[in-house]
Amino acid sequence: MSAIVRVRNLSRVFDVSKPWLNRVIERLPKARLRAVDDVSFEIEENACYALVGESGSGKSTIGKMVVGLLPPSQGSVEVMGVDLATEPEGERRVEVRANLQMIFQDPYASLNPRWKVRDIVAEPAVAQGKATDGLAEALLEKVGLSAVDAGKYPHEFSGGQRQRICIARALAGEPKVIICDEPTSALDVSVQSQVLNLMSDLRADLGLSYLFISHDLTVVRHMADTIGVLYLGALIEEAPRDRLFEDPKHPYTQMLFEAAPKMDAFGREIDPPKGEIPNPIDPPSGCPFHPRCPIAVDRCSVDRPELRWIGSTRVACHLAE
Amino acid sequence: MTDPVLSVQGLTVEIPGRRGILRPVDDVSFDIAAGEILGVVGESGAGKSMTGNAVIGLLDPPARISAGQVMLKGEPIHTTKGDAIRRIRGKRMGMIFQDPLTSLNPLLTIGDQLTETILQHLDVSEPEARRRAMTALDDVGIPAVEDRIDSYPHQFSGGMRQRVVIALALCAEPEVVIADEPTTALDVSVQAQVLALLKRLCREKGLAVMLITHDMGVIAETADRVAVMYAGRMAELGPVRDVVTVAHHPYTAGLMASTPDASRGEARLRQIPGSMPRLGNLPAGCPFHPRCDRVGEKCRHDPRPDLSVDGGRAACWFPLTEKAET
Repeated sequence: MSAIVRVRNLSRVFDVSKPWLNRVIERLPKARLRAVDDVSFEIEENACYALVGESGSGKSTIGKMVVGLLPPSQGSVEVMGVDLATEPEGERRVEVRANLQMIFQDPYASLNPRWKVRDIVAEPAVAQGKATDGLAEALLEKVGLSAVDAGKYPHEFSGGQRQRICIARALAGEPKVIICDEPTSALDVSVQSQVLNLMSDLRADLGLSYLFISHDLTVVRHMADTIGVLYLGALIEEAPRDRLFEDPKHPYTQMLFEAAPKMDAFGREIDPPKGEIPNPIDPPSGCPFHPRCPIAVDRCSVDRPELRWIGSTRVACHLAE
Repeated sequence: MTDPVLSVQGLTVEIPGRRGILRPVDDVSFDIAAGEILGVVGESGAGKSMTGNAVIGLLDPPARISAGQVMLKGEPIHTTKGDAIRRIRGKRMGMIFQDPLTSLNPLLTIGDQLTETILQHLDVSEPEARRRAMTALDDVGIPAVEDRIDSYPHQFSGGMRQRVVIALALCAEPEVVIADEPTTALDVSVQAQVLALLKRLCREKGLAVMLITHDMGVIAETADRVAVMYAGRMAELGPVRDVVTVAHHPYTAGLMASTPDASRGEARLRQIPGSMPRLGNLPAGCPFHPRCDRVGEKCRHDPRPDLSVDGGRAACWFPLTEKAET
């Protein structure tokens, strides 16, 4: 297997300064927010790579950069060997870009209420100048809706059905890679399972690769082959699924697993994790996790740990072994 | 068991509309004792929040309680209106909403909001109210209370804000707290903190807590008993351990089977086909029968079952009584 998406040293800095006049009057420096900090990973062909993290960890920003909605500040994203941000040849860019599609979190906000489902679903094919006869109907059937639904408007569908329409639309461009940004967080569990099963089936049938962005560990554990854990914009641990869940190396990953509610933990008394994600505009020195880390030593507040390999796990912690 | 603090019997909420009357809550009954957490779980549209709002008297017209009663320590409150219900709400019953940002006034410091509530409901002097506000904030684990009490809500993080909302709900020393999705807007690590806090306060202060959520995991970990709602009706009610280990109602079983769980190691998730029916278009018989895999003739034609058909446990003609093989 070869990597279909290669992300190398990707960083994204946002300027979150106050307006120019305020800065002059209040003598404030420019404020920068490092949303994504030197992240590298690869997505294998026909694999599902998941990014997990809490809010503010930079998962969605990475998704947007991979699909090309945001330019990276540093680093590169290569899709099928082509860096979309720097590729000089226009035709090649268009060709590769056609292989990327995205599914968003909120199926109520990501469908145009004034368009019929047929037009929504066929739009990527229209944009690529492909034939669209019967395409929407075929795709709707593929995602478990019926062909007559093509003549309806989005408001006639429930949340789960809308997410199916979003998936059908993503498939219309015949992509190889789909970036799914929290595709089921807006859905109820019984509907979530329908959508996740559909996504698994499509991956097997069409040979798709997914970049699956989620905060829900149970969903990630079900879907992903490889999981990257983000904290304050940095990748702090990456491992194959089973290995990550059986043997988490980074104290933050361990904390996340411990904090997640479990079905079989009646009246569980745990010591809840301490503290919250620090302010990303003014991140802690050294390891970003050290103020909350139960095992931090002096070195952690000075020295920023690099990702290093332990078996098949990559982990950014001085003390992990 | 001691007398329940909150007792809800046959509660029904109706919304009259042009196409007939909708019943978002239909014949719901439950009790909550002091120091007990009752989890109310269900998918969107199941009527969980509407039940909470009806109990605390916050229904927006034209929705109204059309039948049943809500008793607080044996005293009916579902007919109370105006100033009288306002004295109960806040003083004897507190409410915690999902979104901590919209339930705090952005123009007042949190200290002002707390003292205002305390002065409204308790007969204390202003300095005493401020002292109590500080104790309340300290109780919910806000660090450096002296420094933070004069801060505005926007200066707090999401988790801290939710702690302030909890302090606000508890500062007048209520007997009942209704928490409507208190952790849905929070990250898992913060969610664990807030749930642990809620559990501790419930035990220490002998509160009766109604915890409304859609997350079975949260219920399993936090609640003592659980009520599962479907299409405005109670589908199952029982001690949380019993319900989670052996669900009697096929909907409860389906709900839990569709939550991904790696310990089962299955390649595909179980799914409940279809989605919850719309209120104006409920199927005849058991409202769950079109999605149910145990459906029989009785389910389609007989009047809707209530909890009594399974000894007060599940509203199902054919309850599952042993653990379904996975």
